[in-house]
Amino acid sequence: MNKFTTLTGVAAPLPMINVDTDKIIPKQFLKTIKRTGLGKALFFEMRYDDQGKERPDFVLNKPAYRAAKILVAGANFGCGSSREHAPWALLDFGISCVIAEDFADIFHNNCFKNGILPIKLAKEEMAKLFDDAERGANATLTVDLDSQTIRGPDGGTIHFEIDPFLKHLLLNGLDDVGLTMQKNAKIDGYEEKQKHLQPWLAAKS
Amino acid sequence: MIPKPRTLFDKIWESHLVDVPPDGTALIYIDRHLVHEVTSPQAFEGLRLNKRRVRRPDATLAVADHNVPTTDRAGGITDEESRIQVETLAANCREHGITYLSMDDIRQGIVHIIGPEQGFTLPGTTIVCGDSHTATHGAFGALAFGIGTTEVEHVLATQTLLQRPAKNMRVTVEGALPLGVTAKDMILAIIGKIGTAGGTGHVIEYAGEAIRALTMEGRMTVCNMTVEAGARAGLIAPDEKTFDYLRGRPFAPKAGAWEQALAYWKTLPSDKGAVFARDVTLDAAEIAPMVTWGTSPEDVLPVTGRVPDPRDVADEAKRAAMIRSLEYMGLTPGTPLAEIKIERVFIGSCTNGRIEDLRAAAAVAQGRHVAPGVAAMIVPGSGLVKDQAEDEGLDKIFLAAGFEWREPGCSMCLAMNADKLEPGEHCASTSNRNFEGRQGRGGRTHLMSPAMAAAAAVAGRIADVRKLV
Repeated sequence: MNKFTTLTGVAAPLPMINVDTDKIIPKQFLKTIKRTGLGKALFFEMRYDDQGKERPDFVLNKPAYRAAKILVAGANFGCGSSREHAPWALLDFGISCVIAEDFADIFHNNCFKNGILPIKLAKEEMAKLFDDAERGANATLTVDLDSQTIRGPDGGTIHFEIDPFLKHLLLNGLDDVGLTMQKNAKIDGYEEKQKHLQPWLAAKS
Repeated sequence: MIPKPRTLFDKIWESHLVDVPPDGTALIYIDRHLVHEVTSPQAFEGLRLNKRRVRRPDATLAVADHNVPTTDRAGGITDEESRIQVETLAANCREHGITYLSMDDIRQGIVHIIGPEQGFTLPGTTIVCGDSHTATHGAFGALAFGIGTTEVEHVLATQTLLQRPAKNMRVTVEGALPLGVTAKDMILAIIGKIGTAGGTGHVIEYAGEAIRALTMEGRMTVCNMTVEAGARAGLIAPDEKTFDYLRGRPFAPKAGAWEQALAYWKTLPSDKGAVFARDVTLDAAEIAPMVTWGTSPEDVLPVTGRVPDPRDVADEAKRAAMIRSLEYMGLTPGTPLAEIKIERVFIGSCTNGRIEDLRAAAAVAQGRHVAPGVAAMIVPGSGLVKDQAEDEGLDKIFLAAGFEWREPGCSMCLAMNADKLEPGEHCASTSNRNFEGRQGRGGRTHLMSPAMAAAAAVAGRIADVRKLV
């Protein structure tokens, strides 16, 4: 997994509440058996019309935001389906930070598995960031994970909170599976104990 | 010293801790892993790249449901991408020795229907699946939640997950549901009350007389849509109904092991005095048949209501969302919900594809006929549900009434196979999500109960089923 340390880039505003993962990437793109190449499908139905042509009024189609690296979004972002294709599509497009008032739990989790930083901020701070993001090509933000700050185009900074464990994973780009496998002895021990406590769940050997 | 009273969630959580590092992110053991074709291929690929094996093939059960055709299956899957995805799952299961229920196995069906049906879902266990509606299994007093594909890989390789404990929330439904009002109406009313982010960060335990009175099927419907209320998992304390449902199922414990399991399961319900971070109460008697009018499950009202007016909404973001929803749905504020015409009806899904749902729909369909201009389909949740329905003669009732009788799968709940809406079509649907484009690009979904959907099919518009029963 890619590390996330600092990120400087254009922030695109998507001031819409309850953006669900069907909206982030619709089902026709879930038939793939790969993780890559999903950027073209990001926000597919809002981004393209019925003929497959770009809708010029959608934020990521506007010249100033075509290379956006940060998304400033409405509350309850990523609700609905657990599809990890949603963060894969964001990442493949080039977005590795999403800022919103809050996120749906599964999407929030999935971000951290892919080197994407989801930042939760209070309503007032979101209003300020939406204002910043509306400035088109001048809407450049710098996100620094180590110091937990967002620096705006005017130089003002906003502090954000993050779970220390998740921060550690992102800063170091750590692979969960590898880390957990180092605890195999503990997992063996748990299984051994469970064999006695709940034998009906143990392996049929 | 008297031990601190614990919730059902606390008990399951604490009994699954493998490791708790000082930072609080726990490693928890996963007892049961359900796998389907859409969210697993990249996880198996990850195992292969790192030369890892599945730790507990015996605790893993796989089925293809999202992509499978619901029409005649003799010719296999015609869509090439869908076929490859299903074949990939079968091959991955063969390679790792995982039980796989193939498309021609009578036990095949929607992953959240077959788990309970096979007795793979058991009280007090942790259950995951790369699918948000894993919440369904909470109806058995199991801690069950959806995970992403990277986590699927993590569970395949280690049988564990990294998790922080959720907060406890309790939703109590007192009293008794009126005639014609079902578990689906109850959960839609709960979502309408607390909102789609109302349970975020929490596990919701459902309690109260009206919950206890529900059948296992009804409880599964309620827990299923917990994720639409923002919580990853719903829970209902196991009781005699739970045990009666599970007794004798293929994967359920037998004989002495059953007695031992039963004794343990009876210790699971939340202790008296256990503390919940949030408590919400509803009166069942006040719940009416519910229908969604918009593009979020929280956009829900009693069938007697009218399409709301954005001018009545103070919050700017919510008003903007409502304007967008109404435009997408092609609805005008003030229109009675019962005047909305529908062209399609979908009865099925992991929310409402069980035998009781089909019986409720058949009770309305019997002796009536689908209205002209309406296409209505019934998609049983599993081969066994379909078989049972046919034994009870429900298929004949539906066919005589002009409904289509299909093969089991997810079907038009998410329209990944050939079953989808055309742009602009209104659909009375027993599924769980009314998001834009969910059932087909431009399709307009109205969520409701199976009886309400059958009533809509017959009337050609949204209709109050209480006038038909």
